[in-house]
Amino acid sequence: MADITQLKSISSQVRRDIVRMVHANNSGHPGGSLGCVEYFVALYFEIMNHNSSDFDMDGFDEDLFFLSNGHISPVWYSVLAHSGYFEKSELATFRKLNSRLQGHPATEEGLEGIRIASGSLGQGLSVGIGSAMTKKLNGEDSLVYTLHGDGELQEGQIWEAAMYAAANKVDNLIATVDYNGRQIDGDVEDVLSLGDLEGKWKAFGWEVIIEDKGNDIESVINVLNKAKTLTGKGKPVMILLRTEMGQGVDYMMGTHKWHGSAPNDEQLSNALSQLEETLGDY
Amino acid sequence: MKDYPVLGKKDTRSGFGDGLLELGKTNENVVAMCADLTGSLKMGAFKEAFPDRFFQAGIAEANMIGMAAGMTIGGKIPFTGTFANFSTSRVYDQIRQSVAYSDKNVKICASHAGLTLGEDGATHQVLEDVGMMKMLPNMTVINPCDYNQTKAATIAIAEYEGPVYLRFGRPSVPIFIPEDMPFEIGKGIMLNEGTDVTIVATGHLVWKALEAAKELEGKGISAEVINIHTIKPLDEEIILNSVMKTRCVVTAEEHQIAGGLGESVSSLLCRTIPTPQEFVAVDDTFGESGTPDELMTKYGLDAVDIVSAAEAVMRRK
Repeated sequence: MADITQLKSISSQVRRDIVRMVHANNSGHPGGSLGCVEYFVALYFEIMNHNSSDFDMDGFDEDLFFLSNGHISPVWYSVLAHSGYFEKSELATFRKLNSRLQGHPATEEGLEGIRIASGSLGQGLSVGIGSAMTKKLNGEDSLVYTLHGDGELQEGQIWEAAMYAAANKVDNLIATVDYNGRQIDGDVEDVLSLGDLEGKWKAFGWEVIIEDKGNDIESVINVLNKAKTLTGKGKPVMILLRTEMGQGVDYMMGTHKWHGSAPNDEQLSNALSQLEETLGDY
Repeated sequence: MKDYPVLGKKDTRSGFGDGLLELGKTNENVVAMCADLTGSLKMGAFKEAFPDRFFQAGIAEANMIGMAAGMTIGGKIPFTGTFANFSTSRVYDQIRQSVAYSDKNVKICASHAGLTLGEDGATHQVLEDVGMMKMLPNMTVINPCDYNQTKAATIAIAEYEGPVYLRFGRPSVPIFIPEDMPFEIGKGIMLNEGTDVTIVATGHLVWKALEAAKELEGKGISAEVINIHTIKPLDEEIILNSVMKTRCVVTAEEHQIAGGLGESVSSLLCRTIPTPQEFVAVDDTFGESGTPDELMTKYGLDAVDIVSAAEAVMRRK
């Protein structure tokens, strides 16, 4: 396993990047981005076998990742940059005119690391399943990872995909739900309750793991490793990852209000004072 | 006028099914997906011959389109099959984001387009699909006219890298395009040269356009007939060359006027050579149950309607 101290240090810098990127253009989604930092850092620095220096759209013999809840693009862009997919300085262009770092991830300008556009919710699980099926047809034993918001599970297409993957034994797929309980309009429970989410995925035929410590890097690595041991056994794998929206910035935690709002200058200083600059700001 | 002997009668969807089967043999990257309409789409032979490359999505079209987009990553060329309304309006956002904007090599193959679906009625008779699909950047839109052309188009789109919408239909219609005629995406076909009026037709209306031209000839009117199978990108050259000669045009298609081939033609002409145009197409209404022939007559999509439109547009020169 990678040095945990080092992964924590990357996580702190990624959090700084997120709040700075969102602040710089006064738009974007900091809450979910901050909550998923450990997941992304674990995935790109420990779990996935991937090639960041020579990006190839087809990703033969690489593990692939698809972000279905595309609005948390800041965390993905930061982690991709720190992994070496593109220069960290490019993070400064986020959401600006002529940038490759679109508000929601896109492939049009060839940003390394992105294989499909996402933002309109509910589509990424289907894409992940398709990609996993192609890996099987190509005789690869690589894995496909997807990430989804919990609010996103209100989209019907997710359940079409859930049904398909189980019925067709797509067992080289590890999906994760960012189970933070919040969405734009408020708590998921109040907006449209997901009910017994574990029971739903199990009933759809998935192997389900729940991890309560989604913001503890060691726990996230452990649960992803456990998920890997469950692949290849005839069932798709789902991780319900409990995270805290806004994790790392005290005033952004415990509320849905920072789902899609940017901090002002004062709030930015406050946030940055809570996040150590470990690898140098972009 | 040039004679096009009827080589037989077949549905265009069988051209798709036979083309797909041939692709299965020649291109191992071609995979097929269907949303519970394998028989209607004539995909059964492919499924039987290549079971490992056939994916039954069930009645879940959104997931099918998303999976198709994902399958392209790693080199597969997915051909999705379902009715035209379920291939477009039902899954427009999935196509827009996961296929068109992401520029994925997905071939969306749509049967039972238009009124000629017949008795099932308006719920299934999509007449807006060409408009929806041609509005999407990166999307190529093709509407072949008979069995042979549909088979050739099916084979041709596998060689083209990028999203394609291939539209065909249910009823048995005359085969008149020679089997060996090459299919070139984006290239119109001059079926009959004429001097008085240009008729630009696509899909099932192409044969009717030839019938109309014959009737017009009897009336001493020389009609030029152009088959536009690729609505986007439009073969501007063949249309402009023709209207420079005839100075008027009739467009004919099994689609709404809004969003159809006719609008593509008028958009081209108003920017280049403003030209009187008549539209043989459905005018802002839904279809209904009936036989294909009854419906084409009721909604004004017969050869006789093309003849009237030609005479009307010539008066406006």
